[in-house]
Amino acid sequence: MSALRTYELVYIVTPEATEELIASIHEQVEQTTQRMGGSLSKTENWGRRKLAYEIKRQKEGVYVLEVIEGTGELMKELDRRLKVVDQVIRHLVVRVDEEQRVVERTRTRRQTFQERRRVARGLPPRPDPSERPATNDDDAGDLEGIEV
Amino acid sequence: MPFGAKKSGTGRGRGAASKTGDRAQGGQRRSLFRRRKVCKFCADKIDDINYKDVKLLASFVPERAKVLPRRISGTCAKHQRKLRVAIMRARVLALLPYLAD
Repeated sequence: MSALRTYELVYIVTPEATEELIASIHEQVEQTTQRMGGSLSKTENWGRRKLAYEIKRQKEGVYVLEVIEGTGELMKELDRRLKVVDQVIRHLVVRVDEEQRVVERTRTRRQTFQERRRVARGLPPRPDPSERPATNDDDAGDLEGIEV
Repeated sequence: MPFGAKKSGTGRGRGAASKTGDRAQGGQRRSLFRRRKVCKFCADKIDDINYKDVKLLASFVPERAKVLPRRISGTCAKHQRKLRVAIMRARVLALLPYLAD
């Protein structure tokens, strides 16, 4: 069994598609994921968006994002299935776990550096909300989780 | 233009930064001084250059829909690479154009 990885799947459905159809495509993705030992950690419907260029004579599309933990085989299967569905005019699979790890690492590293510098200057490691401009507080808040 | 005038006094010292400006301006007494460009992603501490962030990416894709070169945007090599990949992914999803119409 190959390793579980985090992937992002985005697909664009034709604007003509009904709500039920979009729901059924989502369901199909979910079922395939579960059948092949993966899990769906997040689903986001971006709704109808204008396309930057025409795809299959369409100028708009309904975007759906799914964050999936699964194996490469699963993603291959999903890719294959989405290719077959006519109402899905475009889809993209991106592996994100490695990138996320790098991002996390740079963030924590920056944080520790910052703290060390502050300690060297004889200050407490964490800046007091009152002594620093808001931008730095923002940065500290980002560390809690990666926004996707 | 008080800012430019002030800079022209020290202009000789920082030749590298304002070289092209000098030549282009010629007689105009180096009134245009080039601000040193800083990588936006380093400065703003944006670690994650994401293909879904259309607003951010669009600022690096000018009218002709090409990727804005480093020499213009000032982006560092590391972030330019990530930016390029993000733009390419966004293009697949029709979030950004391949070419301008």
